[in-house]
Amino acid sequence: MFDIFLDDAPALVVVLPLLISAIIAFMPSKIWPWIISIITLLLHLFLSLHLLKEISVSGLIIYEFGNWEPPWGISFKIDGVNIGLQLLFSIFVLVSTFYSRKIFLNEIDYRDSGKAYSLWLLAVGSLNGIILTNDIFNLFVFLEISALASISLIALGAGQNRKALLAAFNYLIIGAIGATFYVIGVGFAYAMTGTLNMNDLVIQLAQYSDGQLAIFAGMSFMLIGLMVKAAIFPVHIWLPPAYSYAPSAVSTLLAALATKTILYFFVRLLYEVFIIYPSYLSLFLDFVLYPLSLLAIFIGTVIAIYQDDIKKLLAFSSIAQIGYITLAFSLKDHSGVASGFVHIFNHALIKGGLFMAVGYFAILYKDRVTLNSLKGFGYKYPITSFALLICGLSLIGLPLTNGFISKLYLFQALYTNQMYLSIALVAVSSALAVVYFWKIVEQMWFSEIKFKSEKEDAYIYLPIWIVTISIIVFGIYSTPIIEFSNLSADYLISGYQN
Amino acid sequence: MVGGLFIIITSQNYLKKVVGLAIFQTAVFVFFVSLAKVLDGTAPILTKMANAYSNPLPHVLILTAIVVGVATSALGLALVLQIYKNYETIEEKEIESLELKSDK
Repeated sequence: MFDIFLDDAPALVVVLPLLISAIIAFMPSKIWPWIISIITLLLHLFLSLHLLKEISVSGLIIYEFGNWEPPWGISFKIDGVNIGLQLLFSIFVLVSTFYSRKIFLNEIDYRDSGKAYSLWLLAVGSLNGIILTNDIFNLFVFLEISALASISLIALGAGQNRKALLAAFNYLIIGAIGATFYVIGVGFAYAMTGTLNMNDLVIQLAQYSDGQLAIFAGMSFMLIGLMVKAAIFPVHIWLPPAYSYAPSAVSTLLAALATKTILYFFVRLLYEVFIIYPSYLSLFLDFVLYPLSLLAIFIGTVIAIYQDDIKKLLAFSSIAQIGYITLAFSLKDHSGVASGFVHIFNHALIKGGLFMAVGYFAILYKDRVTLNSLKGFGYKYPITSFALLICGLSLIGLPLTNGFISKLYLFQALYTNQMYLSIALVAVSSALAVVYFWKIVEQMWFSEIKFKSEKEDAYIYLPIWIVTISIIVFGIYSTPIIEFSNLSADYLISGYQN
Repeated sequence: MVGGLFIIITSQNYLKKVVGLAIFQTAVFVFFVSLAKVLDGTAPILTKMANAYSNPLPHVLILTAIVVGVATSALGLALVLQIYKNYETIEEKEIESLELKSDK
């Protein structure tokens, strides 16, 4: 009986959250929207696992909507590149939804919880669409749905701090400009090739083997648009306020997954489509993406050191971490792309865990968490604090955590490309990361004020610890992440070398 | 298009920024529609009189993009309204000075 549904699994992982979001939008209840969301996301995880099983047999699924064959119809493509991300996405969304209930109840009016979960599922469905879609215009639609849903979610933080409205507004304006740039690029590409399907685009672009100005203009527009959306330095300015003033549960979801899915599409566009013009690609990677990544790593880290507000500190460290990912992607070879994917996986877990722990502190402290307010929290709330400590150590890249695996693979990739200067710079910036994280640790454990430990809420610290334990597990036994990343790199780079 | 971007960047008024965004997006829509024109082409309706048709696909894409644009503008305006309720102004400079005061 379920077979009918399983055949449509690629569509359902996107459509199911979108449909349910419409249903729960006007539920006035406190708890039902959450229960329905959890059930939906359990089904979502089940479908993702089914997709994984299918992929391990066939290696490639092209799902045609309405049985219109691609280049004409819209299609979803699932292959080695995105299956790992799909699985991570599914699992992390489930965990963060589990975590979100108590947080939402504390931060927003309970009558709004139906609407909040409706937007939440809308964001989940559309971000999932970004992972799966194989159509460049369809991507724009998903980009905008996810952006509008996350803007509304960020604006929900206005109950706590009215600056959330300004953050949401800035994100709206900058995000819409980015998306419109992307659409201009799509227009150029369509004008030259008459197709929107990514696989067909490669075939059609081959006829302009020497390259045409219109195509290069279109490609540049698309890349810049996506860079804005993925918050790659220097077009990241919308991100820190948006992440820091959003409700804590929302920052968790956005920081862990939103920019990652867009980065994934960015790299897929680079290595699957624009690979046709190797000279353009290497120009972009060597002279735009590579220097910007190094700048992002440094400036993000340095600004983070001077932040007093913990959520802002984490947001700026996100900018730096996105810099690491794009640095890895700019290396143009298998090891580089693989290490980029490794860091996408690991950073999603690390930042998710950090934002979860800080979000819980914000509720306990009933105000914005600043460095001063953390005094003695290590003794007051030991369970959550210890999770925060492990996530933070992983962010720095200490052995036995998954952050170390990321750094190891990044160094290896840089080493095989003989970029010794970059190795030194990355090492220095890791050391700088110790500075800002140590400030937190110092306040939490080494201040004079001592507290007795207080009771913590198991509904909140369980999800935090699930993430934290996965950080340690993947730090010791990293094979799954490495395999998924190598698989992604294999698919992407095989096109490059031919 | 450039006009729209100019308004977004230069104006201090949040409402004007939303309008500038709408102009910017509309310019891109017109760009798409102009791509679709085929010389001597008519509307893509199957008749015996026509021998060339304009390409309907960009029109369809833009129909989608218009919906997205409407949603963006609506959300932008809703946010401006909320900002006005919270700050009693929608001028960027006044809000900045308000925030500076509240930080102290």
